[in-house]
Amino acid sequence: MGAAPASRDVTTYGMGLAVPLALFFLVFFVAPLLQLLWLSLHNDTAGLHWGLGQYLHFLTDPFSLGVLGSTLLLGAEVTAVCLVLGFPIAWLYQRVGPRLQTIIILIVLLPLLTSVVVRTFAWIVILGRQGIINATLQSLGIIDTPLKLLYTQFGVVLALAQVQMPLMTLPLITALGRIDPNLDDASCSLGAGSWRTFFRIVLPLSLPGVIAGCTLTYAAAITAFITQSLIGGGQMLFMPMYLYQQASTLQNWPFASAISIIFLLAVLAVVSVFTTLGRMSRGYGGA
Amino acid sequence: MADAPSGRSLVVDAVTHRYPSGALAVENINLDIKGGEIIALLGPSGCGKTTLLRIIAGFIAQTQGRIIIGDDIVDTLPPNRRAVGIVFQNYALFPHLSISENVAYGLAARGIDKATRQREAQRLLELVQLPAMAERLPRQLSGGQQQRVALARALAIKPSILLLDEPFAALDKNLRLDMQIEVKRLQRVSGITTLIVTHDQEEALSMADRVAVLSHGKLEQFGSPSDVYDRPQTLFVNTFVGSTNRMPGVVVSADRTAAKVRLDAGAEIIARPAGGALAEGGRVTVCIRPEHLQFVGGETGFAGVVGMSLPLGATVVHEVTTADGSGVKVSQARIGETRALENGAAVRLAPLAPSLANAFPATL
Ligand SMILES: Nc1ncnc2c1ncn2[C@@H]1O[C@H](COP(=O)(O)OP(=O)(O)O)[C@@H](O)[C@H]1O
Ligand SMILES: [Mg+2]
Repeated sequence: MGAAPASRDVTTYGMGLAVPLALFFLVFFVAPLLQLLWLSLHNDTAGLHWGLGQYLHFLTDPFSLGVLGSTLLLGAEVTAVCLVLGFPIAWLYQRVGPRLQTIIILIVLLPLLTSVVVRTFAWIVILGRQGIINATLQSLGIIDTPLKLLYTQFGVVLALAQVQMPLMTLPLITALGRIDPNLDDASCSLGAGSWRTFFRIVLPLSLPGVIAGCTLTYAAAITAFITQSLIGGGQMLFMPMYLYQQASTLQNWPFASAISIIFLLAVLAVVSVFTTLGRMSRGYGGA
Repeated sequence: MADAPSGRSLVVDAVTHRYPSGALAVENINLDIKGGEIIALLGPSGCGKTTLLRIIAGFIAQTQGRIIIGDDIVDTLPPNRRAVGIVFQNYALFPHLSISENVAYGLAARGIDKATRQREAQRLLELVQLPAMAERLPRQLSGGQQQRVALARALAIKPSILLLDEPFAALDKNLRLDMQIEVKRLQRVSGITTLIVTHDQEEALSMADRVAVLSHGKLEQFGSPSDVYDRPQTLFVNTFVGSTNRMPGVVVSADRTAAKVRLDAGAEIIARPAGGALAEGGRVTVCIRPEHLQFVGGETGFAGVVGMSLPLGATVVHEVTTADGSGVKVSQARIGETRALENGAAVRLAPLAPSLANAFPATL
């Protein structure tokens, strides 16, 4: 039995407290997932004949693979934009006074406080043919005919980046805040310029935040059904809309289930790459 | 020897700094430090020590005054071009870099090649007696070892000035003594002009060639440890450095070298006007250290009643209540069998010598 009975009360937890959440997960997450898997393993829409036909169909169909590829690429682009724009904001946040910090945090959080539908329609107003950008450029005489911004990859990436920005900025702010400000000064007093300090000290030490931010932004961007469909319009198809069409419009539930499972596995693969990178970053310089 | 004495002189010339918040952190500080000296900046928390250190290092641009290192006015140089080594209170080692990478960091910033860097890092780790730790991470080292690494890292860039901010505050007592000796040894070997910030007067007196005492951003006194301890120039220095009895009184007569003071405790004594000339009839505070008071016989000195006696090893400290109701401490060396004083015994006290009683104009 327990070698150190005195410490038992400290080290054992009441697992009973986790039961409600576990039940909730079991009923509303694990069970539907299993049902999805079960459905996807049928070759016909009625669900009578077992087989891997749906998966074979997806993996041999250039159109389906194209949708998957463009969705994963979209996630990568949005994540890259968020990282490049979000890092300076987080960096600035750690270096300004408390009043400016409040303002920055408000600006960062503001997107979370408005409905995603409202935000997306705002982008339609900004990017449209007679939208703010085109109107401004035309009145300045920079362009003659309106630019096509809406219903383009550029437009979708831009709108998604704005919508998902807090998911990148908040982990970065936390990670940068954990870095001892004396390290900056120490690096500087040892003769390093600000770029060396950034690449050798600040960036490596903020990597856990970078990884967390990228994982969240990526997962949110590729599954953002509303923004993708409204800004992307009819010509651009991404996995969530593809899935929706198959399930709701075409009532092809087994194929929709297979798409879900494949999408899920693709996302898991990307996230585990991030996680592995994160684990490596924690042992950074350990050799 | 590879580290030939490289200490450059350091002049702090009329430096004043006011933070944007309006706080006046240091006010008109003048220090003239010779190459190779160890200086202690001593003062209570919040008196502006760190601010002055950061001004010298270049992290803060002072509101007024100049910093001169060697022959150069460095006010326009950023910290990374001042060649000032700093050891931070929390060591500030880079947690993701190995010990040897930490030590070699400043050399890498100078573009020195990897082989030379590693050789130099190893040499410095041997200097601070940690040759076997090169591959470890900072968190795998004890506090004292981390501090040695921080020292090695600062010394690696061959700084002309070494600054240490409360370097021993986080160490326990035995380790602190070891590190104080270590720093003093390294300073001797390298000959680097060194400035140690501390609020610990024993540390300042034992380590420094000269001590600068600060209070509320002002320089109170800058002198040798014995100057500061035995010939304090202000009431603050006398009370902050070492312990002292403060006895109020009135000046009966005074010249430049001696003053006759009538203590409120009921006796006339001769004291040294420590902070400049005293006016006859003015109120003064006379400071006498516990070890500079003695029990006297007859009708000389002032009277008191013994309260408690504390035997503290080599000395015995007696608490004596004087006629005006204030308490004074008397410290007696324990020679042979010192006669125990009973609680309530009536005694008379006097300073050992007039030069050991310092009179300062009383502040309101
Ligand atoms: N960044 C700052 N902004 C405003 N006031 C400060 C700042 N840093 C220190 N001070 C003030 O300046 C004074 C001196 O502080 P400091 O130099 O840190 O003292 P010490 O190191 O002797 O404890 C204190 O009154 C402190 O409140
Ligand atoms: Mg300080």
